[in-house]
Amino acid sequence: MEELKQTALFDLHVELGAKMVGFAGYSMPVQYPLGVMKEHLHTRQAAGLFDVSHMGQVVLQAKSYEDAARAFETLVPQDVLGLGAGRQRYGFFTNEAGGIEDDLMFANRGDHLFVVVNAACKEADIARMKAALAPDVVVTEITDRALVALQGPAAEAALARLNPAVADMAFMDFAEVELDGVACWVSRSGYTGEDGYEISIPETEAAGLCRKLLDMDDVEPIGLGARDSLRLEGGLCLYGNDIDASTSPIEAALTWAIQKVRRADGARAGGFPGADRIYGDLAEGVARKRVGLAPQGRAPMRAGTQLFAAAEGGDPIGEVTSGGFGPTYEGPVAMGYVGAAQAAVGTEIFGEVRGKRMPVTVAKMPLVPANFKR
Amino acid sequence: MKFTEEHEWLRVEGDVVVVGITEHASEQLGDVVFVELPEAGTEVTKDEEVCVIESVKAASDILAPLDGEIVEVNDPLVDEPGKVNDDPLEGAWFFKIKPSDLSQMDDYMDEAAYKDFIG
Repeated sequence: MEELKQTALFDLHVELGAKMVGFAGYSMPVQYPLGVMKEHLHTRQAAGLFDVSHMGQVVLQAKSYEDAARAFETLVPQDVLGLGAGRQRYGFFTNEAGGIEDDLMFANRGDHLFVVVNAACKEADIARMKAALAPDVVVTEITDRALVALQGPAAEAALARLNPAVADMAFMDFAEVELDGVACWVSRSGYTGEDGYEISIPETEAAGLCRKLLDMDDVEPIGLGARDSLRLEGGLCLYGNDIDASTSPIEAALTWAIQKVRRADGARAGGFPGADRIYGDLAEGVARKRVGLAPQGRAPMRAGTQLFAAAEGGDPIGEVTSGGFGPTYEGPVAMGYVGAAQAAVGTEIFGEVRGKRMPVTVAKMPLVPANFKR
Repeated sequence: MKFTEEHEWLRVEGDVVVVGITEHASEQLGDVVFVELPEAGTEVTKDEEVCVIESVKAASDILAPLDGEIVEVNDPLVDEPGKVNDDPLEGAWFFKIKPSDLSQMDDYMDEAAYKDFIG
């Protein structure tokens, strides 16, 4: 087995008593002494600091932002060109079958495009971008910066202690901000359903800056365990579980992320892989759809749980793709794919847990309302 | 008190044996969010799955450590699964079993041996 890579915060995690696990080739903290449940609740009540340095940070540089944006639009169905300077947007790489190769965040940095991709996909993503966009676009992986997320209702007050300017950022704003004298790339975004920031920090300064944040009473370090339960309650997809190369964005209920200008009747329709399939799904509807699921009992319904229309008999109508216990929801929460006939909110279906069919209600996502700074 | 390699503890109380999981096990499991108990009156055989516990991380089974009859279960655990983390050795017992052959207890470790076992 290949040796696990370490982020710039590895020593800090160990010092904080984290339980380290292998994740996407990196040694990452799954939990700290506080434990998954309390870490989750602390993030929703105050602020949590997450190391997400394993994710890929990539700069796309062309003659201008517009040139980089036009090129990037050949890989994603998003409106990249129309994104304002200092703004960030959610997107995904598609394949020829209309499936999702990875989901990502991209930002207009004025003269270039900044992209953050999932750790497990980053090598393939970078290869894809280089193959499709070079030589007009120079694709550079940023390997000397850590990436952390500060999330929760106290995130603004905490980060503002290092630079009050961050309080003025709106949801999905992106700016270069000096934090305690360190030049950071800061976006007002995250993966928890809470207000907060994602902060790219020069590696040599990362541990110091994180210590400053962790010294604050309202900030605790949070591991991958709570990151997963937070995003699950927030209805946010985990690539590889809830979306993958075989799920179209329409099936995945990510239609909102395809802006009008990139739809079939938009000014810049098509030009990305799988446009025909995706436009077909949009026009004709889909046979299966990603939905939120609220198990009625106490038993968690984990990924792989088969879903049925009735309490007895019949073939599965779908499957749970992410599921567990929601500490804020105070009960089991899940998401998964069901047939179009079962996708309406309020539909009662059944999940088979240890051979028993348990009732589960199709629920509006997110199961825990988002708390973004609009 | 005796201990199994499955991290259960067994405490003899008169003619029944009380069964729970060890502190070590509860720490390894993480926050317990779901407990499914057997029904009192169930006849069980050693190593049969009798309870399910789920933590924020995963589901695990609890095995019957002895042949016998489940005579009582700790129902409040179902509503308060977190007790398994807070009080694993006392309040969070799972069930009481009336063993058909108490000598099966001899197969299990004493406290010192269990401490060695978990390192």
